Amino acid sequence: MIREYKTIREIASPLMMVSQVEGVTYNELAEIELPNGETRRCKVLEIDGDTAVVQLFESAAGINLKESKVRFLGHTLELAVSEDMLGRVFDGMGKPIDGGPEILAEAHLDVNGLPMNPASRDYPNEFIQTGISSIDGLNTLVRGQKLPIFSGSGLPHAALAAQIARQAKVLDDSSNFAVVFAAIGITFEEAEYFVQEFRRTGAIDRTVLFTNLANDPAVERIATPRMALTAAEYLAFEKDMHVLVILTDITNYAEALREVSAAKKEVPGRRGYPGYLYTDLATIYERAGRRIGKKGSITMIPILTMPEDDKTHPIPDLTGYITEGQIILSRELFRKGIVPPVDVLPSLSRLKDKGVGAGKTREDHSGTMNQLFAAYARGKDAKELMTILGEAALTDTDKLYAKFADEFEKRYVSQSFNVNRTIEETLDLGWELLGILPVSELKRVKPEHIEKYLHKEQ
Amino acid sequence: MNGKVIKVSGPLVVAEGLSDANVSDVVRVGKQRLIGEILNMTDDRASIQVYEETSGLGPGAEVETTGYPLSVELGPGMLDGIFDGIQRPLTEIRKLTGATITRGIDVPALSREKLWDFVPTVSAGDRVSVGDVIGTVQETSAILHKIMVPFGISGTVVSIQKGNYTVADTVCLVKGDDGASHELTLMQKWPVRKNRPYIKKHVPTRPLNSGQRVIDTLFPLAKGGTAAVPGPFGSGKTVVQHQLAKWSDVDVVVYIGCGERGNEMTDVLMEFPELKDPRSGEPLMKRTVLIANTSDMPVAAREASIYTGITIAEYFRDMGYDVAVIADSTSRWAEALREMSGRLEEMPGEEGYPAYLASRLAQFYERAGVVECLGSGGRQGSLTAIGAVSPPGGDTSEPVSQATMRIVKVFWGLDSGLAYARHFPAINWLTSYSLYVDGLKKWFDSEIGVKFMQNREKSLSILQEEASLQEIVKLVGQDALSSADRLTLETAKMIREDFLQQNAFVDVDSYSSYERQSTLLQIILDFDTLCRNAMNQSANLLRLVNIPVRERIGRAKMVPEDEYREAYKRIFEDIKNQIDEISAGGDEK
Repeated sequence: MIREYKTIREIASPLMMVSQVEGVTYNELAEIELPNGETRRCKVLEIDGDTAVVQLFESAAGINLKESKVRFLGHTLELAVSEDMLGRVFDGMGKPIDGGPEILAEAHLDVNGLPMNPASRDYPNEFIQTGISSIDGLNTLVRGQKLPIFSGSGLPHAALAAQIARQAKVLDDSSNFAVVFAAIGITFEEAEYFVQEFRRTGAIDRTVLFTNLANDPAVERIATPRMALTAAEYLAFEKDMHVLVILTDITNYAEALREVSAAKKEVPGRRGYPGYLYTDLATIYERAGRRIGKKGSITMIPILTMPEDDKTHPIPDLTGYITEGQIILSRELFRKGIVPPVDVLPSLSRLKDKGVGAGKTREDHSGTMNQLFAAYARGKDAKELMTILGEAALTDTDKLYAKFADEFEKRYVSQSFNVNRTIEETLDLGWELLGILPVSELKRVKPEHIEKYLHKEQ
Repeated sequence: MNGKVIKVSGPLVVAEGLSDANVSDVVRVGKQRLIGEILNMTDDRASIQVYEETSGLGPGAEVETTGYPLSVELGPGMLDGIFDGIQRPLTEIRKLTGATITRGIDVPALSREKLWDFVPTVSAGDRVSVGDVIGTVQETSAILHKIMVPFGISGTVVSIQKGNYTVADTVCLVKGDDGASHELTLMQKWPVRKNRPYIKKHVPTRPLNSGQRVIDTLFPLAKGGTAAVPGPFGSGKTVVQHQLAKWSDVDVVVYIGCGERGNEMTDVLMEFPELKDPRSGEPLMKRTVLIANTSDMPVAAREASIYTGITIAEYFRDMGYDVAVIADSTSRWAEALREMSGRLEEMPGEEGYPAYLASRLAQFYERAGVVECLGSGGRQGSLTAIGAVSPPGGDTSEPVSQATMRIVKVFWGLDSGLAYARHFPAINWLTSYSLYVDGLKKWFDSEIGVKFMQNREKSLSILQEEASLQEIVKLVGQDALSSADRLTLETAKMIREDFLQQNAFVDVDSYSSYERQSTLLQIILDFDTLCRNAMNQSANLLRLVNIPVRERIGRAKMVPEDEYREAYKRIFEDIKNQIDEISAGGDEK
């Protein structure tokens, strides 16, 4: 039984207090009907006796305390899901906005999902070839991983994400794939870029888009990634698809969360973000993964722009603690014209060790990966020293390292957004670059691999 | 005695009509019978933290108190298992509800069906008191589970039977000194927030062998000690924690995944059954208890998980075992504390954390120690506590790191700079410390040899010197250094690269015994000494540091376990020969 109340007592956007309610429960979804007949959605944040604190997903403009009606719907925020969602565009609350018909729901799912039992997770270890050397070779992505891109304003994270979405494939690929894309508070142009990219490559038919644009209500953003993930979970675990979820931009999401928290007058944590930001982000990110006994998987690439390129800002910081690594873009490399400008040293894929090696990529992958990292780190140190003291101050070996670092950036990291390298090409290129260094420096690779792969083209 | 919900705000629920309930009682809330715990009472109103998601809960829902504080079931069936923060068995839950965890699920922590082969060690007529072992159960191939007389019972054994029992069956009847009759089962309950009692605590004197060179040699931890591993994300905290869980020479490991990634627990679940304990040869999982409250699981249960874990650890300690409890990460636990505190509208301390953060942390770590266990037989057990800390932005000036550092005796500071250069484990040798070194010296001197501690000090001072020399190099370049100083830089580099770096993912290198560690370090330090002697006879530094055997020193840690003694011996000889050769022909360029 749905009851209507005309007892809105207070509105302080995005919060609203409704008194004299009965039978209302925590997290329940509600609707407000304005005097002009328009309805807007909201949800219960707190219920104290007969007073409910309700959070509006849309603007409060036009709500009249006396005339507006509130209906509590008796269930939490749900998404109607079906396989027909593929190829469709929805708003941030899951309503179709492409002019097509409503989805004929096969199920209505609670967008908050349920925590996944760690005992029923399947460990992600299937290599995904993105065709990008700095990712495949050094920060390998695997199926079921959550690997965010830490970017900054003005950096080409969208192009990188689109390139991954376009090129990503599993080496023995024959399976069903789908892309779920959630635009969270980004501009029309940025969202349109993705749509065009998906259209150009034909992926659009396998894509579900949720768009909350910059001029859409900020609070709606709290629901958008959950809508996207509910759709992704349905496709992955009910329909056996391998789903790639792209969420952009998490920074906007966190800001919406802060807005609600501030309105609730909660004690703020760092930089005004609520103390539960970590837990809240975790309930989004942790929905990626694989489940034992299910064929499908959810691989997640959240994108976030770091305010002031600061990795210690709470949003990237807490994200890094939850996700399985991070791809960091560097402004310096971008200025040098290196694209994609992946800063390989602070970038990391935590699951790479399980996804590489004989039978997955190649036996020498793990060793060369470590060697390239170490050599590039040393090369960068050498170059730094060189800028202070001049080239003469370097030992001969360090000069070689400096040369290696330059070549590495120019040839390995830089490859443009249109080049798709196979993993063999990436690994061979790594050996070619390691050839710059004396063999005695290659301590991290096995001698038999040096024998087999180094200078093999000569 | 039931109450009614009047307020719901996330995991915090307020209910009235509970005047008979006690603070800290476990309650069941609503139709779904969600599990909660009473935090505060005002008149007949109780503030309850609910361990499960509270969506769909509203005023009027019934609240029922169980009358007991949050407790764990202690008995056979914990090892080789995975539980959530309030000890619900996750594998059982998976059988019931599939891949996700539905709410209000009620499964006993220990299986009530499984039969255990109980072998009594006392007989009818024997006197027993608290902590006495009345019998044993071979719980897993690695651990003999000792069944002890629960707290508060002493008297005479009336009957005791060998046989197969479930944890709920009575195995022994005891007539108490007060005349009451007690039925003992294989299982006992204990409230998680209360320390399990013991006779006496001792100062730790034995090291914990972790097989990790930087830990064992440079910053050793004692059995019964406390340690913290702080580090920014990506610095390898979890790998260090996993390595400790894998290779520590303790009998039982309790691993608490507290608010961390689900896949990390899965990794442990899949990997540990495959790995063998280097000492007993048994699969590691057979000695491990996993507590998993991942970051997407309810936050209140995360707060409880730390206590659940350490109580289980204390129970095994009471059997006389060496136990390690590894918590990853205490920062997430502190955040859970902060979230509940905020919802209770308590006055916040630093950065929104409650003012009691430091005392709660201290209480947790203080449950570690070497103790004389209750009961006859003079059992001695130890409980080592290792906690990861995840400081925001890697900045350890924040409250959780600071409060932790005031308590723990060992600090393994992880460094993102080292991690970028792929120096793993990324434990910074300049900022880390161990306050157990003096206490452990006696053990090392007698068991490993006096050289061990001497070499430790020598290598630390070389590394320290390297840091100061690097400052000079940065300003004026390497050419400004004397040959002796340049040799120091070379030796320090060898210590760093050939000794401290250890690859957790390569089988031969993942674990290193004391003997192997000390021999490897000896090789490097001998090289240093011999070079210095040769340089005194005016040998050329460049030629010395480029002798062919150096490449083999670099690869020495990768020599297979069964060949290393022979290989290291040859390296020693070759170093000597090759350096002698240069000294002899000292004038050739």
